[in-house]
Amino acid sequence: MQLKTQVLETDILIIGGGTAGCFSALTIAEKSDARVIIAEKAHIKRSGCLAAGVNALNAFIHENESVDSYVDYVKADSQGIIREDLVYTAALRLNDVTRKIESLGLPILKDARGKYIARGRRGIKINGENIKPILAKAVYSHKNITVLNRVNMIDYILDSNCVIGAFGFSVEENVFYAIYARAVICATGGAAGLYRPNNPGFSRHKMWYCPFNTGAGYAMGIRAGAEMTTFEMRFIALRCKDTISPTGTIANGLGARQVNRYGFEYIENYKDRSTPLRLFATVQEMLKGSGPCFLRTKGITKEQEADLYKAYLNMSLAQTLKWIETGKGPSSENVEIEGTEPYIVGGHTASGYWVDTKRQTTLPGLFAAGDVAGGSPKKYVTGCFAEGQIAAESALEYIKNRNPTVITMFERRRIRRKKRELNHFFRKKLFAIHSIDEIEDAMQKVMDENAGGISKNYLIEHSKLEYARQRIDELLELARNLNAEDMHDLLFIYEIIDRLYVCKALIHHLQSRKESRWYNYMSSIEYPERDDSQWLKFVNSVYENGKFRTIFRELTGRCEFYEHCN
Amino acid sequence: MSIAIDREICKGCGACVEICPGRLIYRSEEGWSYMKYPRDCWGCASCVKECQHSAIRYYLGADIGGKGAWLTTEDKEESIDFIIVNGEKQQVITVNRKESNKY
Repeated sequence: MQLKTQVLETDILIIGGGTAGCFSALTIAEKSDARVIIAEKAHIKRSGCLAAGVNALNAFIHENESVDSYVDYVKADSQGIIREDLVYTAALRLNDVTRKIESLGLPILKDARGKYIARGRRGIKINGENIKPILAKAVYSHKNITVLNRVNMIDYILDSNCVIGAFGFSVEENVFYAIYARAVICATGGAAGLYRPNNPGFSRHKMWYCPFNTGAGYAMGIRAGAEMTTFEMRFIALRCKDTISPTGTIANGLGARQVNRYGFEYIENYKDRSTPLRLFATVQEMLKGSGPCFLRTKGITKEQEADLYKAYLNMSLAQTLKWIETGKGPSSENVEIEGTEPYIVGGHTASGYWVDTKRQTTLPGLFAAGDVAGGSPKKYVTGCFAEGQIAAESALEYIKNRNPTVITMFERRRIRRKKRELNHFFRKKLFAIHSIDEIEDAMQKVMDENAGGISKNYLIEHSKLEYARQRIDELLELARNLNAEDMHDLLFIYEIIDRLYVCKALIHHLQSRKESRWYNYMSSIEYPERDDSQWLKFVNSVYENGKFRTIFRELTGRCEFYEHCN
Repeated sequence: MSIAIDREICKGCGACVEICPGRLIYRSEEGWSYMKYPRDCWGCASCVKECQHSAIRYYLGADIGGKGAWLTTEDKEESIDFIIVNGEKQQVITVNRKESNKY
């Protein structure tokens, strides 16, 4: 395979054209004439988490709420482990970014007074099937934004400790990219596909999170030595069985209660009403033989049922198709629910890059926004917009003092060296007897059985984590010698390598936090108690010389301005 | 969970190839599109909605309860018609882009 080399230079490179990435690009274009390149491995019109659409914006400050009450809620739901400075600075912008996306064309439901219609205490109802095309159209309207669709970035280019660009390749053409920039914003999303999924067969990708978000941003940061935080706070969603469709539409939108097979509202057993509790309580019902569990919809009116069909067609078609195909709609049968496999996703939990208040990572010149940025759980769509905006403003400030990189002989040698790494996968290796799929299956099995997957009811056995670590390292060695026939194979190989790096970091974090917290997100057999006296702090890590170094960081107050200092 | 493309209807415009977030759809030498990696489909239906010829059928895998029913769409600008074919029955649900969601 002959790869052509394309060297590009820009002011700000945005890796990932999803929710946060597109909003960052729009912010830069509206506030400056800086040149922007978005490198997107899919197509920005339908990429990332919002590809299928969404029917609520879950982070909004209603009249009877405040920014402080929002931060209080996120802190309580995350059992204290949040960076209040990050949640607070994003929360300040939630309503403005909502109005911005509405001005771009997103239909938001309003009451007779023109107020947004609430869904729950902090959400609003939208018609969001088209949200991503709306964002993409706005991005394409700016001449200073160049979009490279089908370009997958694989590693940062570093000058000493500073990020000055990234390497990548086209999935459609035989082109290797070296993109130099005065600043880089990472907005690649979180990581799916680490654990064996709910549907491990033909429908293996019928999962909660976008299966094409494979943790590239995390992995690139880990390999470059960026400090990462709270990977041990996994996210596990509570979803409709089989179709893995959202439950919030029924629970929040319709007010349906969670019941066990006897019809008992088991959440009533608990004082807590947090997100992880609703999953935990469901798992507990299953374990004591009171499962399966359901959302009680039986008895809703035919009109409500018809509305639910439409609501799901708006963002998760499989559920409506299932209802109609089985001939048993939600008015005649309760909707069965189950927990998903665990994900690493900083838009819901606190996993991701350790950033300062300006969203700069510990690598100068690299900013992070959205699911890839840590410390700030429950961002959802509008929080990712807000964070994309903050990262963009900070990157603009940063480039004032940065000159473009001069492509020296050193840089040309570095480009050739990286290109050789890609070409290695196209050289037929007779000893490479394992396939890409095999490595993926093996990784998911290791994680499921040894790092608290579905088959273990999410329980972590610390004594098994060392085996998991060793096996993931072995799989990484195998992955480095896989054979690629075409550029799509190359993408699959880099995706599996990235996920293995995320697994390595996740295992290290699980080993480091010696307590249980967030219910099933991190529930340890050896350390079953939550211990606020010892563990009300962040577990961070830096990957150096092939090993992780653990750093413990204190919590940050909401009015503090956090800067990286050591 | 996956999609199937009806070769008789496909005009080979390539819109689905371009839009799939996993780049799972390819074009045959004859020009029509086909799903190359059916096991990797997320079920987002981006391709179904993008296809102006209603050539793409969205279905549930047998492992998640599929029994042969499928769904396609017709774009009516202000609304989308979701056409669900279940054996001999056919049902059309019209979803207004601006007023469909009450939840």
